[in-house]
Amino acid sequence: MDDTARPALRWPAGRVRCRVARRGAALMEAMHLKLEEIARLIRANVIAGADKLCTLDIDTACGADLMSDVLAFCHERTLLLTGLTSPQVVRSAEVAGLSGIVFVRGKKPGDDVIELANALGIPLLATDYPMFETCGMLYRAGIGGTHRFSRAEGTSC
Amino acid sequence: MTARDQHALEMDFAVARHDFAAAGEVASRVKQVLRQLGIASELVRRAAVATYEAEMNLVIHSNGGKVALRVEPERIVVEACDLGPGIPDIERAMREGYSTAPDEVREMGFGAGMGLPNMRRCSDSFTIDSSVGRGTTVTAVIYIAQLGS
Repeated sequence: MDDTARPALRWPAGRVRCRVARRGAALMEAMHLKLEEIARLIRANVIAGADKLCTLDIDTACGADLMSDVLAFCHERTLLLTGLTSPQVVRSAEVAGLSGIVFVRGKKPGDDVIELANALGIPLLATDYPMFETCGMLYRAGIGGTHRFSRAEGTSC
Repeated sequence: MTARDQHALEMDFAVARHDFAAAGEVASRVKQVLRQLGIASELVRRAAVATYEAEMNLVIHSNGGKVALRVEPERIVVEACDLGPGIPDIERAMREGYSTAPDEVREMGFGAGMGLPNMRRCSDSFTIDSSVGRGTTVTAVIYIAQLGS
């Protein structure tokens, strides 16, 4: 991919870095982006939860296809990036209190999955970019990972 | 019934073998109930994750069973009991990465050998009682007063 095809990766105007601290551990920095800005950044279609585009703040994301890893290592209000489109992905997001789901590498969930997401109020995005590149775009834009919480809390659940 | 029992809330949820379409509904319901009771969100999350893993285990491995939620003033108890087949080697089943789940389960994002370890990780107290041919009871306890103390 040449540089002209890349989405613009820059700090969005008018936003500031925030300092995230949990239980007195070392302060880590992460950028807050609206879901709308995330969708634009990774050129994603919104397939559920369009009403949350302008209201939902994202500062943490994780990429995983193993739902048990999601349940064990993702913190609340994390954006999940996955190549899996089963209903269990939406269930896992709901149970773990995640902000939303991005399906990568052109995967599209079935109508049953979209209906479940709408019923549970979980936004779904879909991008053609593969997992690695989608994660990279968000990380470069300042979105943090979940490891900083695990390290700060000394726990992973 | 003891005085403490009078302040407890108990709910039972049946879980059918291989009912993957419904898997997760019990965990969603448990989360909803605990929220309505005003339990701290981090405890709700831990209880919901433990319940979901228990529920998936019942769907994937058991001949059917139930999940029982019990909320007392000091603790949340999630108990999953089934009608078999039982766990032959509990020590191996507790090892992260060890799984006997079939490929169809792995395609859904489960069956990676993290279910029981995840339940233990989310619990303040965790026990398994299993007998081959009889069944398994897994109990996860989360103490309400412990958060922030």
